[in-house]
Amino acid sequence: MTTVSWSSEPGTSRGPGPFLSVRDLSVEFSTEDGIVHAVDNLSFDLEKGTTLGIVGESGSGKSVTNLAILGLHDPAHTKIGGEIWLEDQELISADRTTMEKLRGNRVAMIFQDPLTALSPFHTIGRQIGEVYRKHKGASKKEARDRAVEMLRRVGIPQPETRVDHYPHEFSGGMRQRAMIAMALVCDPDLLIADEPTTALDVTVQAQILDLLKELQQQFGTAIILITHDLGVVAGTADNVMVMYAGRAAERGTVREVLREPRHPYTWGLLSSMPRLNSSVDVPLMPVRGTPPSLLNPPSGCPFHPRCDYPKLAGPELCFNQRPSISPETGHGDACYLTLEQKRELRTAKTEDHA
Amino acid sequence: MTSYLVRRVAGALVILMIISAITFYLFYAVPRDPARAFCGKICQPETLALIRHNLGMDEPLFVQYWHWLAGIFTGREFVQFGECPAPCLGYSFATQEPVFGAIVDRFPVTLSLTLGASVVILAFGIMTGMIAAWKVGQPLDKIASASSVVGASLQIYFVGPLLAFYLVDTLQLIPRPSYVPITENPLDWFTHLLLPWVVLSIIFTANYTRMTRSQMVEQLAEDYVRTARAKGMSSRSVFFRFAWRGAMIPIVTIFGVDLATLLGGAIITEQTFSLHGIGELAVRAVQNTDLPMLLGVTIVGAAAIVLLNILVDVLYAFIDPRVRLS
Ligand SMILES: Nc1ncnc2c1ncn2[C@@H]1O[C@H](COP(=O)(O)OP(=O)(O)O)[C@@H](O)[C@H]1O
Ligand code: SF4
Ligand SMILES: [Mg+2]
Repeated sequence: MTTVSWSSEPGTSRGPGPFLSVRDLSVEFSTEDGIVHAVDNLSFDLEKGTTLGIVGESGSGKSVTNLAILGLHDPAHTKIGGEIWLEDQELISADRTTMEKLRGNRVAMIFQDPLTALSPFHTIGRQIGEVYRKHKGASKKEARDRAVEMLRRVGIPQPETRVDHYPHEFSGGMRQRAMIAMALVCDPDLLIADEPTTALDVTVQAQILDLLKELQQQFGTAIILITHDLGVVAGTADNVMVMYAGRAAERGTVREVLREPRHPYTWGLLSSMPRLNSSVDVPLMPVRGTPPSLLNPPSGCPFHPRCDYPKLAGPELCFNQRPSISPETGHGDACYLTLEQKRELRTAKTEDHA
Repeated sequence: MTSYLVRRVAGALVILMIISAITFYLFYAVPRDPARAFCGKICQPETLALIRHNLGMDEPLFVQYWHWLAGIFTGREFVQFGECPAPCLGYSFATQEPVFGAIVDRFPVTLSLTLGASVVILAFGIMTGMIAAWKVGQPLDKIASASSVVGASLQIYFVGPLLAFYLVDTLQLIPRPSYVPITENPLDWFTHLLLPWVVLSIIFTANYTRMTRSQMVEQLAEDYVRTARAKGMSSRSVFFRFAWRGAMIPIVTIFGVDLATLLGGAIITEQTFSLHGIGELAVRAVQNTDLPMLLGVTIVGAAAIVLLNILVDVLYAFIDPRVRLS
């Protein structure tokens, strides 16, 4: 299935590198309407104990990317290219049993809507305990005790009774806590949180994010936090990757990307973010236009149909040639504007806003 | 749970009363006079009036209904037939036998037929539907889908004689259908009902195959199934330990609805194989305008359906913990 030449044999060890390294990942779905290029040549790294925020409008390929890490795409309809290294294990070429042993164990995932993501037919305790039994070979009793312990750890009151309740008997926030308990029951090295707070109200959102941070400090878990809200990233992540149309538009530390955003799309996202300290009547400025169709992505820079600056950057380039992210490491973005131009435009924008 | 059951049964009794009142009114409003049947060829008006009186038919309709209803609980005294102990559903105009006794005699036949067919329908339909869903798009799936289309278009009175001809007469694989009480000989009970079960279940089974397949496919696309896989569950255990429960919920619901149709199918099946069940009783009662018998059969049939529906709802609550029986 993979189309990339190997830098080394799949599954064999390689030199010390980042904890998680995604190289040139592409994911294509064959559908009735044609091929959906959901993720296109995406690369990023994640170090142990840190949090990477992946930000982008809905449909930009955030979930698809992370489902690929877990190998959860239906192979019959999906073509996956590139490499995903988790320490010295390549995941795209890994076999079914390897992936089953990995999921819920070394790599765990929590989803947006804990009501639909939890089984309505099984108690919370059973759903948590099941993972523990599967991966750690624990007995029923041990699994139940562990479930109680996990529920306590994520701050669910009276875990001894709550363990026997069903998801529909929990509130939204409690359900997400239970989901987190389930994800962390085997002490995973990597936790992928796909919009974990989107379905929750604001105060609960903050609690859940705090919980994730706290657990990370205790257990050193690496976290990928997917969100369409830069505000969530600001308080939680170490690094950010902004995704657009299945590609990385910009990446860097949270400080770099939020303080000195370089890509016009990031500017758009930032200005559409409500600020607590700005006066209420400052209008939000969402990115104009709509996300592109991934059945037929725009040529050149995928953002060009919605961008105000192709003239400045050089329309020939913007319309026809795909920008790659540069520089290769550190704070980088995929846009033909010069750093000078970006700085000026950004300053002008923030003055507008103030 | 107990209070739920009490309330459901009470509700069921009210429904049954309404059904019986309507049926009573409809049946007794027909222009044909059953008293004539007792009167013979040369019928004097006085004799007719006497017979009417003896049958209790000279009273206002609601008084007659009241007597009928009270008879179920307290028994009745007929001038024509004498003592009728509770539960009394009256006497057949056609055969003069007590209606309740006649129904009790034939009940095991229809019950065996319907329950056996239900087992075949559910077991077979769900199993083939599961296999089809497990092998979605593969040959087994296509075979299951195709045969379910064929099955759904078959008719009892066509398949019944056809299968009887081949399996009983030509190949002599199974005995000619009849009813042997299960208490007498369980094996004979089974073998003699095998063909009626198969015939009655054929049209329904196809439906359940189709529904199970589509429900499973739908469930497998649900978020919680993805979560289960994200936990490291194998496809097999996701399929057999998670998804089937979600799929069974609509199946159980539909089955509750189908019970009435199934009973209708049982009547046709009894006719097809000359089994002496409630169906035969009903058909004969219609032919003879045997009002007490018709009323009795209707009300017992309705009671069975209402009762089975309560059972189905309880079963439903067992499958889906979100359903509270209150
Ligand atoms: N199984 C699939 N088949 C076809 N298209 C898909 C599938 N899953 C996702 N997509 C498409 O891929 C694109 C990216 O989706 P996704 O990663 O879910 O976006 P998001 O950034 O909101 O998480 C969307 O256009 C979506 O419609
Ligand atoms: S490359 Fe061109 S179109 Fe793309 S963001 Fe930069 S200026 Fe806009
Ligand atoms: Mg998503």
